Amino acid sequence: MNSAKYVFGKTLRMISLLIALCIVSFILVKNSPIDPVQAYIGADMMRVSEEQREQIAENWGLDKPPVEQFFNWAGAIVKGDFGSSMIYREPVIDVIGKRFAASLALMGVAWVLSGIFGFIMGIVAGMNQGKLIDRAIKWYCLTLAATPTFWLGLILLMIFSVGLGWFPIGLGVPVGVLSENVTLSEKLYHLILPALTLSIVGVANIALHTRQKLLDVLASDYVLFARANGESGFGLVWKHGLRNISLPAVTLQFASFSELFGGSVLAEQVFSYPGLGQATVQAGLRGDVPLLLGIVLISAVFVFTGNLIGDIICSVVDPRIKEGRSSV
Amino acid sequence: MNGLSKAENNLFGGIIGSGSLHLQLNRRQKTLIVIGISSTLLIAIMIAAQLMSNQAIATNFSQQNLAPSWAHPFGTDWLGRDMFTRTIKGLSISIQIGLLASSVSVVIALVLGMCAATMGKKVDAAISWLVDLFMGVPHLVALVLIAVVFGGGAKGVIIGVALTHWPSLTRVIRAEVMQVRTSQYVQISRHLGRSRLWIATKHILPHLLPQFFVGLILIFPHAILHEAAITFLGFGLSPHSPAIGVILSESMGYLAAGMWWLAFFPGLSLLIIVRAFDVIGDNLRTLLDPHSAHE
Repeated sequence: MNSAKYVFGKTLRMISLLIALCIVSFILVKNSPIDPVQAYIGADMMRVSEEQREQIAENWGLDKPPVEQFFNWAGAIVKGDFGSSMIYREPVIDVIGKRFAASLALMGVAWVLSGIFGFIMGIVAGMNQGKLIDRAIKWYCLTLAATPTFWLGLILLMIFSVGLGWFPIGLGVPVGVLSENVTLSEKLYHLILPALTLSIVGVANIALHTRQKLLDVLASDYVLFARANGESGFGLVWKHGLRNISLPAVTLQFASFSELFGGSVLAEQVFSYPGLGQATVQAGLRGDVPLLLGIVLISAVFVFTGNLIGDIICSVVDPRIKEGRSSV
Repeated sequence: MNGLSKAENNLFGGIIGSGSLHLQLNRRQKTLIVIGISSTLLIAIMIAAQLMSNQAIATNFSQQNLAPSWAHPFGTDWLGRDMFTRTIKGLSISIQIGLLASSVSVVIALVLGMCAATMGKKVDAAISWLVDLFMGVPHLVALVLIAVVFGGGAKGVIIGVALTHWPSLTRVIRAEVMQVRTSQYVQISRHLGRSRLWIATKHILPHLLPQFFVGLILIFPHAILHEAAITFLGFGLSPHSPAIGVILSESMGYLAAGMWWLAFFPGLSLLIIVRAFDVIGDNLRTLLDPHSAHE
């Protein structure tokens, strides 16, 4: 009951934020120097007369006052109609749907890998505090946190694609093959390098966080007591540490959707992977306003969903949070 | 280090029993030295970028595509431009944009954090809602949106980077102000009849200054990385300016030809700069934080 209330409250807040996001982005775009008609016409600028341009503007309702335009746009979005993309010439929702699937595969692989490896690295470092392996892991994580994702992608590309020739240079699918005919193994093959890039960068945060949590736990009284009882090594961590450090790790990993999305934008650009990140860049560079606004909203929903899942898992799994809320 | 500190060490060693006699420097001195080295590196890059002539990055077809050598430590590109000079100038641009953007972000965070903590529940709710709004959109997507609507180019990037780095620091400052405000000595001060302004400037502000400076330096690396990322994606500075993002995105076309140095060195330099800022920020926090200042 309480959990349901909690989730409901969070969702309500999300909806209010989404509405605000619509308003803010609409105002921003309205006052920007982007001319949607020009973005639509593109290279055919010379062949389109002034009257035709006005007709396009009228057809889109651009001659109406901004407030009316906003309500038309927002009303359509509530019905699930995000308009149509100018550069891909199909409904925004279709573009996003198709590309999000590709991006989700990429982000999902990277997310799972970085979560597992980051957690293990954090535990190893925390158990060996001050030793060489701890310092090595810490140094590695701090350095990775300072590494530009796209540069790491370029380095991997140079080593594995150009140098060793194991992987293709870019493109999500083989050249000269229709997208329907691409097999799953080919898709996976093209996924490896970008996913590897995101995973390598992704471990830093979770590893450092887990390490710190484990150190806190190991300094506690109950661990001291356990040690006095003769427990030590991995058994001690397994019995007394794991539960305490896994929850924050789960929350953190679900809260990392924002960075994950940003990282995938960069990785997709480096490896020419046809996902949502690449569409974001194209929409921005070529002034495709409907697509850009659609991506902004969808990515916000994505980030929120991550946070919400993290919260729900915590409130279901952690008895303290459950009790804490019911007593309030 | 010198005679005095050694004597002090001996003194303390004598008192505590087993002091850190074997260490020649205490942690505070080490921290200061690390900060000094990192700062020197950054300042040296800024000065070097000003002193270097533009001749080295002019098109020079007699020196195309050279691998790294003593004359060209980072090699040259397909237009015969010296990559070392371009990298240093690019880093200098990055540092300047980073400085500007993080200053703006820190000021926004300071003002909003103070307001949230002192101006009542409604303002607090409004500001935490605003923070959630900004944190709800993936940072890079927000950057793209802002850079695009402000017309792209250097202006769009600077505005974008400056306007998106304040939310997390705002939360920190809000929590800090809340904590100081409810502490006993502030309550007593209020009961003694001190005005709100007096309390704000004499009690709260001194606590915020360390947060302010550390925040400024710790936002820096993020700002620089985001500037490079958005420039790499093609939104930022014009292709003629020697920004790191531009250099790396240009290099993509030449990787297949085996010209690894075009991407390797500029990116590595950026990594070192970002790391230098991280090191300064972390060490400064250790020094300024009363809990760890005397370790």
